[in-house]
Amino acid sequence: MADTIATLRRSRRIKGSAVVMGLYLLFLLLPIYWLLMMSLKTNSEILNSFTLWPRDLTFDNYRTILTDASWYTGYLNSMAYVVMNMVISLAVALPAAYAFSRYSFLGDKHLFFWLLTNRMAPPAVFALPFFQLYSSVGLFDTHIAVALAHCLFNVPLAVWILEGFMRGVPKEIDETAYIDGYSFPRFFVQIFTPLVASGIGVTAFFLFMFSWVELLLSRTLTSVNAKPIAATMTRTVGAAGIDWGVLAAAGVLTIVPGALVIYFVRNYIAKGFALGRV
Amino acid sequence: MNKTVNQKAWFLILPVLVLVAFSAVIPLMTVVNYSVQDTFGNNQFFWAGLEWFEEMLDSERMWDALGRQLAFSAIILAIEIPLGIFVALNMPKSGFWASLCLVLMSLPLLIPWNVVGTIWQIFGRVDIGLLGHTLAAMGIDYNYTQNIYAAWITVIVMDVWHWTSLVALLAYAGLQSIPDAYYQAAKIDQASRWKVFRFIELPKIMGVLMIAILLRFMDSFMIYTEPFVVTGGGPGNATTFLSIDLVKMALGQFDLGPAAAFSIMYYLVILLISYVFYTVMTNLDKREGY
Repeated sequence: MADTIATLRRSRRIKGSAVVMGLYLLFLLLPIYWLLMMSLKTNSEILNSFTLWPRDLTFDNYRTILTDASWYTGYLNSMAYVVMNMVISLAVALPAAYAFSRYSFLGDKHLFFWLLTNRMAPPAVFALPFFQLYSSVGLFDTHIAVALAHCLFNVPLAVWILEGFMRGVPKEIDETAYIDGYSFPRFFVQIFTPLVASGIGVTAFFLFMFSWVELLLSRTLTSVNAKPIAATMTRTVGAAGIDWGVLAAAGVLTIVPGALVIYFVRNYIAKGFALGRV
Repeated sequence: MNKTVNQKAWFLILPVLVLVAFSAVIPLMTVVNYSVQDTFGNNQFFWAGLEWFEEMLDSERMWDALGRQLAFSAIILAIEIPLGIFVALNMPKSGFWASLCLVLMSLPLLIPWNVVGTIWQIFGRVDIGLLGHTLAAMGIDYNYTQNIYAAWITVIVMDVWHWTSLVALLAYAGLQSIPDAYYQAAKIDQASRWKVFRFIELPKIMGVLMIAILLRFMDSFMIYTEPFVVTGGGPGNATTFLSIDLVKMALGQFDLGPAAAFSIMYYLVILLISYVFYTVMTNLDKREGY
């Protein structure tokens, strides 16, 4: 008897949880659903009638983006600086994270803290000086300028996340390898890097994400040649006669890269956002 | 983990040091430079001392922006933290449904910030948006481009939509690490659901929760893109937060001196909070026995 009551209460609690999660996920997905539906409608349907799903299904909005150079170069530009940033950040962060996770040296804690402050620094503070710095060295409106600017928050992020992963690798492995006569570079490339491969993958994902979602710096540092998709989108807004369908389609296309790989990093999402801790 | 003392480790840090110095120290020095000088154009600069700082501290504009900023951060924290914990408590523990929830909940976190703005801009419009249209059909006067309250509510709901999942995921990670034995002990003691939460779960997730609070505070404190896209800081100045105001001042009006002084004070606040964050992190590491 008592047992059945307990199971009953348990199943009721599970049902309650399901309702809560259902409502929460509904709240999360509804705006995205609306964006998706809008991207599949014609502009006259968007503006003249209010429909919950497209009556007049069209892929013209996507066709516009994928064929109009002023739109798709935005994606290419974004991709270019995001990948550059990822490569640079990982290249410098890997040895640094190793040093922080293994050795103590003069000023290590202060340095680690200083890195953190750069991740936390408001990009708005850096917008103007970046603009002047990169203009004066002739890098304004190039992909590399944005990639370097994004290092401001991505390098500290990479160091912190990688350090979190590297601490999980036992130190005995290093010591054994040194005894076996491995030199440091060889040990690092052949033994250590494969051991933290999943950490590197997760870090790369977050570097990609944070560079991809950023708008303020990438907009400030570019005008034509390296204009990111984010800036292309905001400049369309506010002009007379907004093409809502195309805007929605452009938005959907920016979500795709994240949505594609999200499944692989699902268990590390919390860790990545919390800078390698948790 | 006890670490070996090795000063040569500096060589491994060197690349990071050079890169971050280039992308952080040099620009920051430029800001400091501007903050103590005045210019009449032609690249002629004059020593102005602390004039700009005094002017900014007296300026109502900055205090208003700061007030709005603090109000915004306080409101979103008050909503997102409890809601995030509540969601985390209701998440499935394992299996297919847990994976599905993780993936779907992460989705808003990975959307570019300006697209988050665009989504809510479209969603909230009275003529074409599901939310705006529904509210209008219910006879509620809702227009985020003209009504201050509607603008604030839109920006807040947008932030809750965007970031509550982060709090939930962190709290969930904390809950997962609680050993089953704790719950069994509570069952033997016939502890109520509330008591289990209050005396087992809450103390155990306190560490990650602090991280969540600090991260959300910091990121909301420098929010720029999302409100910029939705409201553009309006109506009037109603949703002009610190970053939006700073960018207006620095890149819009090119008031270098005041903007630089503003930046430095802004940066100092962030530095202070970073320090709290760092202390919490290192304490957490120690407790986990690394």
